[in-house]
Amino acid sequence: MSEKIDTMHLVETPEGTDLHAEVAGVVPRALAYGIDFLVRMGILFILGLVVTFTGGKLGGLWLLVFFLLEWGYPVFYEVYRDGQSIGKRAFNLRVVSEDLTPIKFGPSVVRNLLRTADIFPFLYIFGVISMAVTTRFQRLGDLAAKSLVIYDDNQRYNMTALSDVTPIAPTIPLSEDLQTAFINFALNRGNLSQSRQLEIAEIIQAKIPNHNHEPVSYVRGVGKWLLGAK
Amino acid sequence: MKQLEFENHYREFWQHMEDLLDGKDEVDASLIQRFPSDYRRLCQHLAVAKSRRYAPGLTNRLNYLVQRGYQKLYGQRVKDQGILVEYFVRGFPAALRRNARYLWIAGAAFVLPYVLMMIACMVNDQMLYSVMDPASVRGMESMYQPGADKFGREDEAATDLFMFGFYIYNNIGIAFRCFATGLFFGVGSLFTLTFNGVVIGGVSGHLTALGYTETFYPFVVGHGSFELTAIVFSGAAGLKLGWALLSPGRLSRLQAMQAAASDAIKIMYGVFIMLTIAALIEAFWSASAIIPNQGKYAVGAILWIAVYYYCFFFARQEVRAYIAAHESR
Repeated sequence: MSEKIDTMHLVETPEGTDLHAEVAGVVPRALAYGIDFLVRMGILFILGLVVTFTGGKLGGLWLLVFFLLEWGYPVFYEVYRDGQSIGKRAFNLRVVSEDLTPIKFGPSVVRNLLRTADIFPFLYIFGVISMAVTTRFQRLGDLAAKSLVIYDDNQRYNMTALSDVTPIAPTIPLSEDLQTAFINFALNRGNLSQSRQLEIAEIIQAKIPNHNHEPVSYVRGVGKWLLGAK
Repeated sequence: MKQLEFENHYREFWQHMEDLLDGKDEVDASLIQRFPSDYRRLCQHLAVAKSRRYAPGLTNRLNYLVQRGYQKLYGQRVKDQGILVEYFVRGFPAALRRNARYLWIAGAAFVLPYVLMMIACMVNDQMLYSVMDPASVRGMESMYQPGADKFGREDEAATDLFMFGFYIYNNIGIAFRCFATGLFFGVGSLFTLTFNGVVIGGVSGHLTALGYTETFYPFVVGHGSFELTAIVFSGAAGLKLGWALLSPGRLSRLQAMQAAASDAIKIMYGVFIMLTIAALIEAFWSASAIIPNQGKYAVGAILWIAVYYYCFFFARQEVRAYIAAHESR
């Protein structure tokens, strides 16, 4: 697994199990940042209206809130809301430390103060370059704080997607790799186009001799059988 | 065991763990007692699912559960309340002492330009225009002109609050950026320190030459101890980052930078507190027209001594012991 080039980050727990997490790249992080930005601007805008209608006497409060939102908002969410700001929650992202434990206060402050270096010279150019050249999509603040932004992946498959299929027992014993191929196709074909499904199903089906079935439904049927349905 | 059988067998247990970890279930004492063993059971299920190559939908779900459990089990405990006190009694002075050489360099990068520019502006009254535009110089002159009515303030309470917000927003922002731009091999921190030294020194010299000493110095003496010292500290923290990248020693550059950052941040907590105090003093004490100048000088002198005594001389033995204990760890 390890020599494959992918976005998986593996950590061995003290129990001897490998945890995997998928690190998030520039685009989802930028979008999450955008949402957080809008939230912060919204708060400042509403507060700005209040300040204006009260004759500007609360202008100092506005600046104070500006300061807290600029520097404190991300730290608060990372430390006290399980690494998820409003934007990150919307995109299923989570800030964790490199060993996949929740980020602590100190590193959270580091990564958010060093945001200044990532923004430099403008529009997070240094941060984007840093994310592009590191294997775990870390901006400069992440590198200094040993933090990662990962996908909070709790997606699961749905057996109802296979409710229209009758299980088919394969005629020969299948290798592990092949079993995985059948099962994964059966469970995940939904995001493929019809012709692509057929193309892949034909390749998988060709591994089993003596067949005259329609490839897509055959592969799904064997997949369902391999999952344990009778 | 086929996947579906495996799933049916443990479905309830997983659902229970998920509700627990996502905070949907009430947590009572017996659950907490059982949690480590339940978590290990989840780990085993994940390992089994992976080795039997069960579908990604299942391994991902188990991975998610194990990950959440791992975070709960090994994550940060809620620390006892003594941590803040410990930081102010030992942690902050110790962090300063460990990084004394960066403090000297940062101090020099601020004080030397300050003194030189102050002298230059006292000798030559045009000198300040080389670093400030004429409008700012005029604004600054009229603000400190003796006889000007309380720096031109109208609604005092509202203005004080406004200025407090402004000092927090502006000064702490400058300090944070001064620290962060140290990541560029220290250049950003050095620039911020020197630039501020030049401007503040220039203003001091210019106003002194104009004879506005009775308005300028009583104003700045109170909060200057916290404010200027904290800016130098933030620059020192930034220089530490930059130096770690320039000269990482036996560590990799990345490791050196990570170690430097985790120590430098201990200085930055103190910088934040000092600048908050400075903003309070500046907005509600320094600007007050009721307090006589003698009072401001006296309190200012006490504060300067107190800040430097606390930062560099307070409980030296204990701080040394603290450093030794934390370095041998």
